[in-house]
Amino acid sequence: MPAFNRRSPFEELDRMRRQMDRVLSSYSDDMPGSGIAGVFPLANLSEDKDAYYVRAELPGIKANDLDISITGKTLSISGERSITAHGDKVKYHRREREAGSFSRVITLPGQADANKVEAQCSNGVLTIVLPKAESAKPKQIAVKAS
Amino acid sequence: MTDKESKELQAKEKTAVSTPAESTRPGPVFEPAVDIFENEKELILLADIPGVKSSDLTIDLNDGVLTLSGDAESPEKQNESDIFREYRTGKYFRQFTVSEAVDQSKIEAELKEGVLHLHLPKVEVVAPRKIAVKSS
Repeated sequence: MPAFNRRSPFEELDRMRRQMDRVLSSYSDDMPGSGIAGVFPLANLSEDKDAYYVRAELPGIKANDLDISITGKTLSISGERSITAHGDKVKYHRREREAGSFSRVITLPGQADANKVEAQCSNGVLTIVLPKAESAKPKQIAVKAS
Repeated sequence: MTDKESKELQAKEKTAVSTPAESTRPGPVFEPAVDIFENEKELILLADIPGVKSSDLTIDLNDGVLTLSGDAESPEKQNESDIFREYRTGKYFRQFTVSEAVDQSKIEAELKEGVLHLHLPKVEVVAPRKIAVKSS
């Protein structure tokens, strides 16, 4: 004989919905910040207490194809990606990689010391280390006990 | 084919895929963009796999299936916190069926600036040989 529960008949559905939500959210992107700027290249900006770090994936781009400059809080990255021609008598089966020019500006949340900025490109990943200006570094505030 | 048209590059998010193989490390898996073309002597495959070192790259050709598998380490150090993140770092994985007969012993792979250059030389086609019949 079936046992009748006093709980709402929708509880089971509720529980399933919560489970589905959890499963679906674990597949979605967990990126902080709202949406991408939509400008090539996609970049990640992070910081620690001493510096800002900008990283971008630029496969096939050599260091001298890049133009990086900084003014105050504005970092500008531009360049050209070329696809090497592989001779005349080639037949393409698939063409997904693109060539072209790009130019992007990233605004830092604080001032960087322009003289100490270093950029490095290895394995197709561009890493720019921007040491913070003194005014942008966090200051510890001592709490006086009275 | 020379591209000097300097059009603006569009930003594209990487395509995440679910792989049939099990991952030893959790994280997203992406499908790298590739160019495949051939000339008379070889098939050439170029794949964009930024962040992958040659020691973390596996290339396999088995039963006519070419498997590319690479691991890119997250470059962020432990004490870095994200301000914004537009792309994720993860593994790269892609498979292709190779219909041409490929001389496996002569496959060459080169990893330059985050791009894999894979040369698959075609097997030399044996020309049909006419057999002369001697009449005695």
